[in-house]
Amino acid sequence: MMQAPDLPLWAAIITGLTVIVGALFTLIGTLGLFRLGNFFERIHAPTLGTTFGIGFILVGSVVALSVLQNRPIVHEILLLLFVTVTTPVTLMSLGRAALFRKNRGK
Amino acid sequence: MNSVSLLAWAILIGQVIFGVALLLASYRLFRGPRAQDRILSLDTLYVTTMLLLVTFGIRTGTTLYYEAALVIGLLGFASTVALAKFLMRGEVIE
Repeated sequence: MMQAPDLPLWAAIITGLTVIVGALFTLIGTLGLFRLGNFFERIHAPTLGTTFGIGFILVGSVVALSVLQNRPIVHEILLLLFVTVTTPVTLMSLGRAALFRKNRGK
Repeated sequence: MNSVSLLAWAILIGQVIFGVALLLASYRLFRGPRAQDRILSLDTLYVTTMLLLVTFGIRTGTTLYYEAALVIGLLGFASTVALAKFLMRGEVIE
């Protein structure tokens, strides 16, 4: 259950720190989604997870897999690029839909 | 403490934090006042699950979980855009 790859100490420290920091950023974003007042405040919060959270986690993944397999592995950049491109599109579309539904009642 | 158990504990703490984040997002999914809150929390669930799969990939040291994370990212984008479109167009038709 408690398995982990056998990395050298510096790579283990870098990977552990980036995983924990990225998870904390995601938790802060989700806490904003949990606590903030209305929808237009709430739509800002989870983007903390999609920028800083995914950035830190993917840096940790790149360091761990590259050290483990002795060659540079950078295909996580693709995931970062994809999420960075698509998140503003979805949230703008959702925000416009929410604005439309809000103004429709008046 | 050697480096293997240090990394194992760090990844375990990160996964527990991700679990708490998933619980908070699913609270908003069940109690959201309107439909757009539920769609937003579903999108947050997609992103958090994708990051959780990446941490599983770090733990096992393979690139197998990365492909599952990529599929989740693609389907999450498509489903959120489709639900937002439905939210606008369904209201227009009624």
